[in-house]
Amino acid sequence: MSPQVAQLIKVTVFVAVLWVVSQVLDQYLNAYYLRVLVNCGIAGILALSLNLINGCAGQFSLGHAGFMAVGAYVSAGLTTVYPATEFLHSALGVGLAIGIGGIAAGVAGYLVGLPSLTLRGDYLAIVTLGFSEMIRVLFLNIQSLGGARGMYGIPTQSNFFWVYLWLGITFLVLWRLLKSFRGRAILALRDDEIASEAMGVNVSHYKVVSFAISALFAGVAGGLYAHYQGYIDPPSFDFNRSVMIVIMVVLGGMGSLSGAVLGAFLVTILPESLRVFEDFRLIIFPLLLIGMMLIRPKGLLGHREIWEFFKRGKT
Amino acid sequence: MQAFLQNLINGLALGGVYALVALGYTMVYGILSFINFAHSEIFMFGAFAGLFVALQLMGAHDPMLVLMIVMLAAMAACMLLGAIVERFAYRPLRSAPRLNVLITAVGVSLLLQNLAQYQFGSTPRTFPSIIQTIPLLGGSDLVVTNIQVLVILVSAALVAGLTYLVNRTKIGTAMRAVSYDIDVASLMGIPTDRIIVFTFMIGSALAGCAAVLYGLSYPKIEPMMGVNIGMKAFVAAVFGGIGSLTGAAVGGLLLGLAESFTVYYISSTFRDAIAFAVLITVLLVRPSGLFGVIRKEKV
Repeated sequence: MSPQVAQLIKVTVFVAVLWVVSQVLDQYLNAYYLRVLVNCGIAGILALSLNLINGCAGQFSLGHAGFMAVGAYVSAGLTTVYPATEFLHSALGVGLAIGIGGIAAGVAGYLVGLPSLTLRGDYLAIVTLGFSEMIRVLFLNIQSLGGARGMYGIPTQSNFFWVYLWLGITFLVLWRLLKSFRGRAILALRDDEIASEAMGVNVSHYKVVSFAISALFAGVAGGLYAHYQGYIDPPSFDFNRSVMIVIMVVLGGMGSLSGAVLGAFLVTILPESLRVFEDFRLIIFPLLLIGMMLIRPKGLLGHREIWEFFKRGKT
Repeated sequence: MQAFLQNLINGLALGGVYALVALGYTMVYGILSFINFAHSEIFMFGAFAGLFVALQLMGAHDPMLVLMIVMLAAMAACMLLGAIVERFAYRPLRSAPRLNVLITAVGVSLLLQNLAQYQFGSTPRTFPSIIQTIPLLGGSDLVVTNIQVLVILVSAALVAGLTYLVNRTKIGTAMRAVSYDIDVASLMGIPTDRIIVFTFMIGSALAGCAAVLYGLSYPKIEPMMGVNIGMKAFVAAVFGGIGSLTGAAVGGLLLGLAESFTVYYISSTFRDAIAFAVLITVLLVRPSGLFGVIRKEKV
């Protein structure tokens, strides 16, 4: 059996299992838990994609919510605002719209990535923050997309299955990317920009490309979010959301793909599970965050992947 | 012309507040190279401290005296808070990667916001008008109030005082030394930890004073009020060249002017975007801000 066929079988099995799981969860899990799980999945895609910029390429973006907004608004605009045909409300139509939203976000990411050629560190962080705020204000001012009132009546086609399918796709694409020579170039960028340039890595090319890829997946996450909630408004994509995504990546361990997903799940579930503490919930979460940074500064997993912890004994 | 002058005055008064807050960001950044996200919450605490002290003292005393006391009290409260935050959240991370300090700062900021929400409730409160708002120039189109003049004068005085402190005094020299190279400064016998706490306290005091001035001009106090101001002030600091005191002051003023003119001539919904549009334009032309120093990277 050739490796390609084996790969194909793995993917098919993954999709099939996911489908069965989603059916079972739809039937038996209560709506609240399901919602939290879906939010975890969306957060997972966001954290994975941001991890490419912040964890792997060593750049610092604080504007991920902006890309998410582009994906959400473009896809929801396609399915909601224009004459609602049957097709655009079907799963396939929504899927296509989400894809287009992702591509639009990717283009936005390319444009935002351009300043990263001249700016470094915190300056870059602030410019990305600036872009995302400007995107938000832009949508605030487009009346046909709901303006400040937000956008209602978005067909709620995305569900557990689609979100986790996209989470799987994101993971696989980033995983394969990082194992390829292009991925190595991106990692070299993080480790030492000047040295990698001296070794012939086209630094500016890889910076912009990592921004574009990352934004593409953030846009997809935005589209999934919009078609899950059925309602979006500009404040859902504010600075706080960007910060939360950064927290997920740092908490999980910069540069670790499974770490990003773990961080996303933790950051999404923790505030929910702290509900027993009622009013103190919002005080405990930041305390945990600060404590985490003091006790384990590298994040939960550090640079490594989760399965490497189990293999350690053997090697 | 009158509209222009009016916006100029409004912009300067708003810019003065931005400048004071921006100085706190820039001072911390100059020494520890991280964005102190908690600074905006220190500003918010200053406003609440001012509010409570003002409510205690109002009416019984001379308004100017009350205002002085309120300002000093807010500054003192902020200094204390700044010192506590530095001591317990940032000092243990002195040698950690900068990103961790950044996340901790976000954590502290969330913590202070939520504590304030828990303690003070999230309904906005009205900042008492300690001194009567009197139009000094009562033209038909052009109105300059005593509050605006006060804001501009107090911010100018504080900026001048800070410049003197940093450039002419012994502790200012120590601050500059620590900001230049923290390790070498400590080898020269400078108590770096003490200087860093001092820097935090000065920055926080400026934020506290800014909060009272802000409360006098825009009397709506709530736990989330720091977020927007903090972001603007930070943009002002970056735009002026982060780490530079002149930069922060000039950046704050320019940003205040830009906002006030945008609201008047374009639209108030673009108010929040203009700050960033200006910032991005400036950074694309001068990557280290207006007054920032470009440090050559050596291999």
